[in-house]
Amino acid sequence: MFNRTAIAPLEYTRKLWMRSWVGLTILFLYAPLIVLMIFSFNDSKRNVMWKGFTLKYYEKALNNDSLVEAMVNSLTIAFFATIVSLVIGALAAVMLWRFRFPFKGLVEGTMSLPIIVPEICLGVAFLIFFAKVDWPSDLPWPLNLSAITIAHITFCFPFVAMVVRARLASFNKEEEEAAKDLGATEWQAFRDVLLPHLKPSLVAGALLAFTLSLDDFVITFFTSGPDTITFPVKVYSMVRFSVTPEVNAASTILIVLTVALTFIALKYQGVKGISDAH
Amino acid sequence: MSGPLQDWKSQKKPFAAVASAPVFWLTLFFIAPMTIVWLYSFGQNAGQADIDISGTLDNYKRAIEWLYLSIFLKSFAVAALTTLICLIIGFPVAMAITFAAPKWRPWLLLGIMLPFWTNLLIRTYALMALMGTNGYMNKGLGGLWEGASWLRTLVGMQPLEAWTPVQLLYNNFAVVLGLVYVHLPFMVLPLYSALDRLDKSLIEASLDLGAGHFKTFIQVVVPLAAPGIVAGVMITLIPALGAYLTPDLMGGTDSQMIANVIERQFKRANDWPFGAALSFLLIYAMFILIALQSMRSSKVKEAG
Amino acid sequence: MTETKQPIIQIRNVSKRFGKVTAVDNVSLDIRAGEFFVLLGPSGCGKTTLLRMIAGFELPTEGQIVIDGQDMSLVPPNKRPVNMVFQSYAVFPHMNVTDNVGYGLRISGVSKGEIRDRVSEALELVKLGGFEDRMPDQMSGGQRQRVALARSLVMRPKVLLLDEPLSALDAKLRAQMQFELADLQNKIGITFVTVTHDQDEALSMASRVAVINKGEVAQLAPPSDLYEYPANRFVADFVGSVNIFEGTLTLDEPDKAAVDCPGLGKVYLNHGVTGPHGANVWIALRPEKIYLHVPGEGKAVRAAAQDAPDGHNLARGTIKGMSYLGDVTLYDIQLEGGQIIRVSRPNLSRHDQEDFTWDDKVSMHWRADSPVVLLS
Repeated sequence: MFNRTAIAPLEYTRKLWMRSWVGLTILFLYAPLIVLMIFSFNDSKRNVMWKGFTLKYYEKALNNDSLVEAMVNSLTIAFFATIVSLVIGALAAVMLWRFRFPFKGLVEGTMSLPIIVPEICLGVAFLIFFAKVDWPSDLPWPLNLSAITIAHITFCFPFVAMVVRARLASFNKEEEEAAKDLGATEWQAFRDVLLPHLKPSLVAGALLAFTLSLDDFVITFFTSGPDTITFPVKVYSMVRFSVTPEVNAASTILIVLTVALTFIALKYQGVKGISDAH
Repeated sequence: MSGPLQDWKSQKKPFAAVASAPVFWLTLFFIAPMTIVWLYSFGQNAGQADIDISGTLDNYKRAIEWLYLSIFLKSFAVAALTTLICLIIGFPVAMAITFAAPKWRPWLLLGIMLPFWTNLLIRTYALMALMGTNGYMNKGLGGLWEGASWLRTLVGMQPLEAWTPVQLLYNNFAVVLGLVYVHLPFMVLPLYSALDRLDKSLIEASLDLGAGHFKTFIQVVVPLAAPGIVAGVMITLIPALGAYLTPDLMGGTDSQMIANVIERQFKRANDWPFGAALSFLLIYAMFILIALQSMRSSKVKEAG
Repeated sequence: MTETKQPIIQIRNVSKRFGKVTAVDNVSLDIRAGEFFVLLGPSGCGKTTLLRMIAGFELPTEGQIVIDGQDMSLVPPNKRPVNMVFQSYAVFPHMNVTDNVGYGLRISGVSKGEIRDRVSEALELVKLGGFEDRMPDQMSGGQRQRVALARSLVMRPKVLLLDEPLSALDAKLRAQMQFELADLQNKIGITFVTVTHDQDEALSMASRVAVINKGEVAQLAPPSDLYEYPANRFVADFVGSVNIFEGTLTLDEPDKAAVDCPGLGKVYLNHGVTGPHGANVWIALRPEKIYLHVPGEGKAVRAAAQDAPDGHNLARGTIKGMSYLGDVTLYDIQLEGGQIIRVSRPNLSRHDQEDFTWDDKVSMHWRADSPVVLLS
């Protein structure tokens, strides 16, 4: 607030009004989340007055079978979706980076459509698709999650492809040629030289895919059924019908999980990676 | 150093190894579903569970009736308003990050982006909790009201009437607020990107020539950051247009957006062909927006 | 360096086209075992393409490349008995020096013990002993290059290919590496094939140089021949600086010849002109071969040009430009006809650069064995 040195003309960030603006914005963004997290410990059925600290709603949440089941479902879907998206996305990135082929522009454009098309339209499309092909609905766990997982993979892998492609652009092709020159086959060169270069982007892509899958509501809403509830869908029904601090507790768990994942990603890439990666 | 692209014919096996999975997946699980939806939009319900693709345009005709057209337009208006507010709030924030000391910059960016990574549902719910009639927002407003009332008595005026909580939720205001809350981080990133690439010496030159900060801002910063503004607008407007959750949870009966109408066709009205038609109209609307943007940017490239 | 006569690489009528562009145009040449062969030429002349075709990263559109008697048309790069040092060095950033240098050996399944020994040997050879555990990002450009060299040499290839090996180094390091590479090649005895655009590198390191111009071989010769007996104007101009004048052949006998150049005057040579020729030729005269006379030394001029008939191998002009380079001074002299001739004069004493100044009228002469007749 009290500036010890004079503010240079371009040091906008040090100006009071600027700092207040940013401060208020950050407050606006975080306040609801923080309040939600605090109230998850509130000993009261209604989220209004602070009545005392308690962990009982966490207990309730963890004992709520359907909630736990939904969480497990979400994690399972996210896990498989991430793995498959990673593979498909990385392959797609390499395909576009390395080869010239007919209709390349078309393929590239189509691959970015799942990102552009509104989620509601994608959700509708999957609902219709699985209905039309009579996708079996009585498979045992975890196969009953297959429809949702397929849908997730479809909108996740283009993101992975984007991330991997960006990293491919900085690859020195001569390294691959050097490996071949020293006797490596196409596959060995890929494994020993290209893949290590891609590693950071694969980690980033995996985290991205995992978060996207875990978070998704709309598409999952359309592709899930009564016996394949995922966490966001479950919370949705809880919010619609009965708002108790249990929802807060469950939400806080998810927030903590997301933040933890983000920090792992950060540690891996370095904080600088965020401003560099934009 | 990337080197030239290889022709696929020269390396058929590696190409097949790399290309088969993505292309297969895309075709089976994206193109096929979208095609079926498109076909359905020309169909009608035939019996309990069948849909007869009869090539009819009835669904589209119905979709552009005033009832639905008005919802389209309203959705667009809401999305546009949301985008505008995000732009106004977000621009100074992006500027603050750009001009902050380098050691703070990644942390500020992280701070803005972190909420984006938390679940949309949770964020919406958290906001709703604050906006209820007994929530903190109302309490805060009530406090301000009481405070103003008290000030009036100090001056000798009549105090204000007793405070009654304002209906903040389940109306258009809530929807816009909710959408802004959800999409704000999305707007900041492209703005920051463009501002970061800005040549700062241009601002200094403008100030040096006598223009004040505000004038410099309008005449130098904004035009040069234009591509970032366009990107930010696209990245906010399009998702906001297709938003489902926020209007569903936070809106009232007259705050329906197009996504909610679509959902109803599938979950309640069981009119899939009509829902398909509406979905595709939404997609066409988005494509038009994107086409407008790329036309704009190529015009700018020509001129610049 | 011992050179056997059998060519280890035979390039036979090789052409390479990229769409409409012809990068290499019907090139044939032989590279002998044990020699230090340099492909020299300006950017875009096709020399790198040629090198990559030897390595196997490009396939010829036409023609054949035969290495050690074996046709390489169907042999992929990882199976050829050659190894390459790339322009960017291409050291694998995620492996340390030992793993980098030993990569090729690991791929071929050599035992761990033998890998260790051969890697040490290679590192000693490139003077990087002790760097075994370093990571590439902890090393300078020059050190990374040595790693790339070691990595290729450890494979004991029949031919080592180097793509612009010195271009990324600073001047001092470049001079040092020129000696080291030549020394290394001498020690190991394998064939080196290098690509460069720097004629100094080529002249100092090579046993033979192929000058490439627009995809074709302009001349293939040892460095001294390139400099003193250029085959055409391109080579004469590309290698070193040169004065070129067009003229008409007036005398042509086995032991003498004369050319009349409108700009320069009458030129007399004490040898005949070889090869088929017409009347139209060019004279190439190197700047350091021209004697510059202090104004007034008229008598000395006639005396100096004694090995030529009267009026030949003489010229007069005015100094229009001077560059003092320390060891020599370059003079740009405008002749009576208007053309500029460049003369390089060694500063034999410490006051030599004061002998001439701008607008001085000077006379020049050169020996009868100095000019070269070019037919193209």
